[in-house]
Amino acid sequence: MDKLLLLGDEAIAQGAIDAGLSGVYAYPGTPSTEIMEYVQASKQAAELNIRRKWSANEKTAMESAIGMSYAGKRAMVCFKHVGLNVAADPFLNTSITGVNGGLVLVVGDDPSMHSSQNEQDSRFYAKFAMIPVLEPSNQQEAYDMAYSAFALSERVNVPVMIRITTRLAHSRSGVTRKSVTTQNEIKLPENPRQYVLLPAIARVNYKKLLSTLPLMDSLAEESEFNVLTKGKSNRLGIIAAGIAYNYLMENIGADDQYHVLKLTHYPLPEKKVREMYEQCDEILVLEDGYPLIEEMLKGFLNTGKPVHGRLDGTLPRDGELNPAIVAKALGMEVEEGMVVPEVVKRRPPSLCVGCGHRDMYTDLNEAMKEYGTGRVFADIGCYTLGALPPFNAINSTVDMGASITMAIGAADAGLVPAVAVIGDSTFTHSGMTGLLDAVNLNAPITVIISDNSTTGMTGGQDSSALGRIVSICKGIGVDPDHIHVLTPLKKFHEENVAVMKKELAYQGVSVIIPQRECIQTFARRKRKEKKAAEKK
Amino acid sequence: MKTDIILAGVGGQGILSIAAAIGLAAVKTNLYIKQAEVHGMSQRGGDVQSNLRLSDKPISSDLIPHGKADLILSVEPMEGLRYLPYLNPKGWLVTNTTPFNNIPDYPEVDDIIKEIKKIKNHIALDADAIAKEAGSARASNIVMLGAASPFIEIEFSDLEEGIRQLFSTKGTDVVDVNLKALRAGREFSQKYMK
Repeated sequence: MDKLLLLGDEAIAQGAIDAGLSGVYAYPGTPSTEIMEYVQASKQAAELNIRRKWSANEKTAMESAIGMSYAGKRAMVCFKHVGLNVAADPFLNTSITGVNGGLVLVVGDDPSMHSSQNEQDSRFYAKFAMIPVLEPSNQQEAYDMAYSAFALSERVNVPVMIRITTRLAHSRSGVTRKSVTTQNEIKLPENPRQYVLLPAIARVNYKKLLSTLPLMDSLAEESEFNVLTKGKSNRLGIIAAGIAYNYLMENIGADDQYHVLKLTHYPLPEKKVREMYEQCDEILVLEDGYPLIEEMLKGFLNTGKPVHGRLDGTLPRDGELNPAIVAKALGMEVEEGMVVPEVVKRRPPSLCVGCGHRDMYTDLNEAMKEYGTGRVFADIGCYTLGALPPFNAINSTVDMGASITMAIGAADAGLVPAVAVIGDSTFTHSGMTGLLDAVNLNAPITVIISDNSTTGMTGGQDSSALGRIVSICKGIGVDPDHIHVLTPLKKFHEENVAVMKKELAYQGVSVIIPQRECIQTFARRKRKEKKAAEKK
Repeated sequence: MKTDIILAGVGGQGILSIAAAIGLAAVKTNLYIKQAEVHGMSQRGGDVQSNLRLSDKPISSDLIPHGKADLILSVEPMEGLRYLPYLNPKGWLVTNTTPFNNIPDYPEVDDIIKEIKKIKNHIALDADAIAKEAGSARASNIVMLGAASPFIEIEFSDLEEGIRQLFSTKGTDVVDVNLKALRAGREFSQKYMK
């Protein structure tokens, strides 16, 4: 078979398709988005009738995947690291229910926060849930791991996490495929109460999970993905996890003086780690994200051999690794290269020219003038860029949906009016329940749902409630007299500001919906239409 | 053989298409390739880069270390300079001279050109003008690929094939314009180096 040139994300998607995947569930989020997009674009996935639509949020995605696994089929769920916070409830409980069909969870971590609000390390969640993690170091492994993860899940009766970081998710390389596995038939769990987590049943299931841990350990110990290579010198043993292995090899190449443990399948393979630890004078741990392995090796009292890594300053405590950081940790000389000339200025991301959010912020800033700054709670999406000049329009971005609920709390504290700015996709992700709180409390807040009819920041995926935002707000109970749909264009500036001013003064819940299609999806749609017209 | 390339530009300028064309050519000729790119927030008008590594031997790191790049291929004059720490002293800076100005403190273009000229191995060309002449202003990224092609160890005919494959779904007109753009860029560099 020809090699395919695939992103890490795409390699995972192809591996899952070839492993007999029946359905993929996801909510877009950098760096995980391309997994679902690849399955959606795949002819093979269409022919195999693999289920491949976006979910409203990560929790609904996770739960639907659990449902497919319950029915005996292989399911995959994908999101970014903070998405796992949203899905944490079903996620942690699936290690107690166990699985039926193989269940694989792909989490895209974002060390260095290229496109995120934190750099939390999902391996801690996996440890918390007591499930195996596969952490590919390259695109071929991403494919191979996705391919084998479903069988592993079925064998150990828990979901398996594939942890990928931004750098590998968005890096391309050649990938060789394996043969295609047929999908599972529908098959109900042997025990009809397996998924009924009443306390009495959950206690039994939990004991079963605990009794499976030794099997998970021994599978990691024997895993083809964990490789211990002996070195000529016993001075230093290096544990390199996931993509950190590449940065190590970039520096040491064929130099065989170090003991190296390539670690890409957790739980930690104790025997391999112990063998290296006992042979070497010192240990260096290279891992992207938090110092999980390093902490485990050191222990709280740190009375053993020297273990170097992020905790003792050998590596930076935060941010992603790279070849230079690893070279420094090895005591190698690092080239600094030429200096960036002073003429080079910073170029932060900004809202596109012609974007409706721009007009929305221009209108809002004008309407807010009489109240002063510090009252606008925003959310996660392109419009978060309203925090930067020239708008300087927002005061918070915490998590999906927090705009509305933070505005409620601030209004409770006496900050009236308080304003929420949220996009259409974020609103259906996690904003609707907050709006229900606001309605029940008759909170004096103004909610601006800046509706560009897509999930813009991640590249324009379908929005869950296209064309139905107004009816959702009405259904939740917002007074229709205080729901306004505006067109955010310069020519309507005066009237839009007037509507905003009126609603800011209203002592109850108002919803203002500036509605204009994302300029990117608009341009893409026009190109498609033009092409279709030319064909005719 | 190895070629380590930093592709530089602003989100939306088409550096990923350049990478894809090289990638298609590399896979066809059985070279090893790793190509790290930027998706997400920075694509909204921020500075973006792609690390593209080609070799006849397996490649370890997805990222190019400082001082190791053989080529910086920039579709925007200021953006190429941003990655100078990566450039090998013998490497080439091949850059477009048409600025993409979306920030309030964008420097004077002359000051940028002065800095480009300080680099011993540089080629600077107005890719936008050349692309217009070739038939489409949107092909300026492919003009730049053509201009950089003498420094990429891939046969030019394979790059042409990469372009054909990349644009095949967009019709023969688009393929032809981009091939023309590719060749025009290459001619510029070949003349410049004589």
